Amino acid sequence: MTLAGGGPGGLPGRPSFIELSARERARAILDAGTFRELLGPFERLKSPWLELQGVVAQSDDGVVIARGRIGGASAVVAAIEGAYQGGSVGEVSGAKIAGALELALRDCERGRPVRPVLLLETGGVRLQEANLGLAAIAEVHAAIVALRRHVPVVGVVAGLVGCFGGMALAAALCSHLVVTRQARLGMNGPEVIEQEAGIGELDAGDQALVWSLMGGEQRYASGLADALLEDDAEAIAAEVRRVSQSTAAPPRSEQAQRFLERLAAIDPGQPPEPRALRALWGRPEAP
Amino acid sequence: MEHLTFTYPAREPVRGRVHVGVVGSGDLEVLIEPSPDPQAHVAVTTSADGFEAVWRHVLDRFFGRFAGAAAIEINDFGATPGVVMLRLEQAVEELRA
Repeated sequence: MTLAGGGPGGLPGRPSFIELSARERARAILDAGTFRELLGPFERLKSPWLELQGVVAQSDDGVVIARGRIGGASAVVAAIEGAYQGGSVGEVSGAKIAGALELALRDCERGRPVRPVLLLETGGVRLQEANLGLAAIAEVHAAIVALRRHVPVVGVVAGLVGCFGGMALAAALCSHLVVTRQARLGMNGPEVIEQEAGIGELDAGDQALVWSLMGGEQRYASGLADALLEDDAEAIAAEVRRVSQSTAAPPRSEQAQRFLERLAAIDPGQPPEPRALRALWGRPEAP
Repeated sequence: MEHLTFTYPAREPVRGRVHVGVVGSGDLEVLIEPSPDPQAHVAVTTSADGFEAVWRHVLDRFFGRFAGAAAIEINDFGATPGVVMLRLEQAVEELRA
């Protein structure tokens, strides 16, 4: 598989993060030897809805929940498998993520901090499970907002699926969001925009254009992600380790006035080009 | 979507359990754990209907080399026979590791 907008493969001599499965990603983020999976594939918590619709279900519903340590501190990782149903969030997979975060919250409230990390590779809600998936995503949002009062909630979008829909809102709610150049982050995915608004609005096949609008580099340069890293599993784990111990800046969702002013500075009739948006919104040090 | 089951004779017990693969396009997941009886049982759920004979050929060949009393669950999303065999061999390799 090759993608013009940012292909996989990683850096020569460096371990790729993008090429890892969800389970391998969770293992790569946690301190060596501390990975312990909860509700793993042998629990067979499958989607009860997919088979009714003629779709083969995966034994873990595409979400890996792992306890372990990050920089020696107690941690929980929720990793979404992008290769299974586009990383879509259904009733079971959503409940696994929300449940993990809610248990971490309970521990935090009892004075036992647990560092939560979300490895997001998802098209958003699973359409076959509709409102059940949406309800679970709302629970994930609520849990992130409650948790980040106690500990930094770290999100990682590495690619190649990206992070869309309600789970893009979850990414935006994180205390600290890490992306790679291969990542994409947006409310609607490019195919959805093309299908709904026409190819004149966005040609989803033009990968350079898609990445210039919603790619990780653009999202970082326009201040919607906090770190831009290469596809290097060790570098990504080191960044997660660093930020999960630190005190994060006020979350974006508590800076509504700042973002309203940003939106007010834009004329929707004449939307800025990606470069111009960086100049308008971006961090001063951005490329 | 189709559910298929197969049974094979076994000569040795299986210890531990192993999970490999993903139910992604052209791929499959394999779960292996000890069988409750001295035979091997395979339960296949596949997105591609009408390939029972092909599954039997692939599994006949696999069990020509593997004699463990395993309960094997396969969730398949259109993998080719070659990919099925690679995933089974990967699972057995991890089982022996």
